[in-house]
Amino acid sequence: MQKGSSVKNLNDRLETALVALGFALMMAALYLIFIYVPTEKEMGVIQRIFYIHVPLAWVAFLAFFIVFIGSILYLWKRDERWDILARSSAQIGVIFTTLVLVTGPIWAKPVWGTWWTWDARLTASLILWLTYIGYLLVRSYAGEESRGARMSAVLGIVGFVDVPLVYLSIKLWRTQHPRELVSTLEGSMMLTLMVSLAAFTVLYIILLRQTTAVRQLEASVRELKDSQQ
Amino acid sequence: MSGYFAKVFAILWKDILSELRTRETASAVLVFSILVIVIFNFAFEPDSDTIETVAPGILWVAFTFSGVLSLNRTFVLEKEKGCLEGLMLCPVSREVIYWGKMAASLAFMLIVEAIATPVFLILFDLPLFVPELVLVIVLATVGFVAVGTLLSALATNTRARDTLLPILFFPLVVPVIIAAVKASETVLSGGAWDEMSTWLQVMAAFDVVFLVVPSLVFEFVIEE
Repeated sequence: MQKGSSVKNLNDRLETALVALGFALMMAALYLIFIYVPTEKEMGVIQRIFYIHVPLAWVAFLAFFIVFIGSILYLWKRDERWDILARSSAQIGVIFTTLVLVTGPIWAKPVWGTWWTWDARLTASLILWLTYIGYLLVRSYAGEESRGARMSAVLGIVGFVDVPLVYLSIKLWRTQHPRELVSTLEGSMMLTLMVSLAAFTVLYIILLRQTTAVRQLEASVRELKDSQQ
Repeated sequence: MSGYFAKVFAILWKDILSELRTRETASAVLVFSILVIVIFNFAFEPDSDTIETVAPGILWVAFTFSGVLSLNRTFVLEKEKGCLEGLMLCPVSREVIYWGKMAASLAFMLIVEAIATPVFLILFDLPLFVPELVLVIVLATVGFVAVGTLLSALATNTRARDTLLPILFFPLVVPVIIAAVKASETVLSGGAWDEMSTWLQVMAAFDVVFLVVPSLVFEFVIEE
């Protein structure tokens, strides 16, 4: 009992530290984005959305990579925890991709003069979003818990393997996105981007920990129920 | 090794026999694909100027939609009659079941396409003898049947099998559809081989990836 409570204590402290770090980083990112960083010459003030749009996209991609890893580990080890990790990460990834798909058109309208173009990265993000919505749907239609876990793990693998092919083919198809933007960024802009990226990564980790914790509680409730029957 | 192919062929032959006796899938799918072509003709009203750009799209929409229809049937019969349990009791690896089912779906789709494509070419007054188009169709069909067989097994094991398959299938086959449309466009407008080879490479890469990965994960989909 003693040991359990000390682990719990450590966990709580880690949680508090993460939330504090996330809050500080997010505030710093907001300051940098809206006050510190100079306005971009050609696109004007709307370009500031870049510091939110790009980190969101990167973190969404990280989330889907975690889904891929979690799916492989689940099929290999058959430990429910890996399934919970993959599933939670997919949910957060879909939310982040949704935000990417919302911030993208807001940026595109004043700059390109259109909400949406069938550009490579836009289209690839949309396809990615649809793929992982499918992943979450399988979960709700699978019925039995362990079957749903297997099905979605298979999709988590197949879907992620498909990503480079989707990207390559759409890129060959057409592209309009700003290229090589990140590597030519000026110092203060780079700093803002990196702080914002850190803030969103920490936000992702906090959300992932919370979601997995809830799912683990759900799993133990289910176990308790089953053992009483 | 020859034993391996014999087992795959046995499953393929089983599917062909049951199709020959029931005639449930191929004929319906064929009629459906021709109907899609006809409907799209009304939707786009292509004239002689626009036909070369619109036609490849019509052809591939027809094949993708009828592909879903045909793939949906792949595991439904197995499931309804309890044949899947029988197949799984066979002393063969799960991979062999995947290859056999995939080969059967591929055979049905290629037969449907072999009839629907000439009909399509005649209806839109396009050149009839285009050997390159055969290559494009085979490469693209291998790709989407490879993914489709896995997803069909997956969707059949859920409550919403008919709706789930297209939702999972379409986003994943986007690379094949793009490549197939672009390559067919080049073929039908008499374009150069160079223009086409990029798209053939994309399809070949997709085919290789999605023949290997599904055969590895297939066992997790059908296990009970």
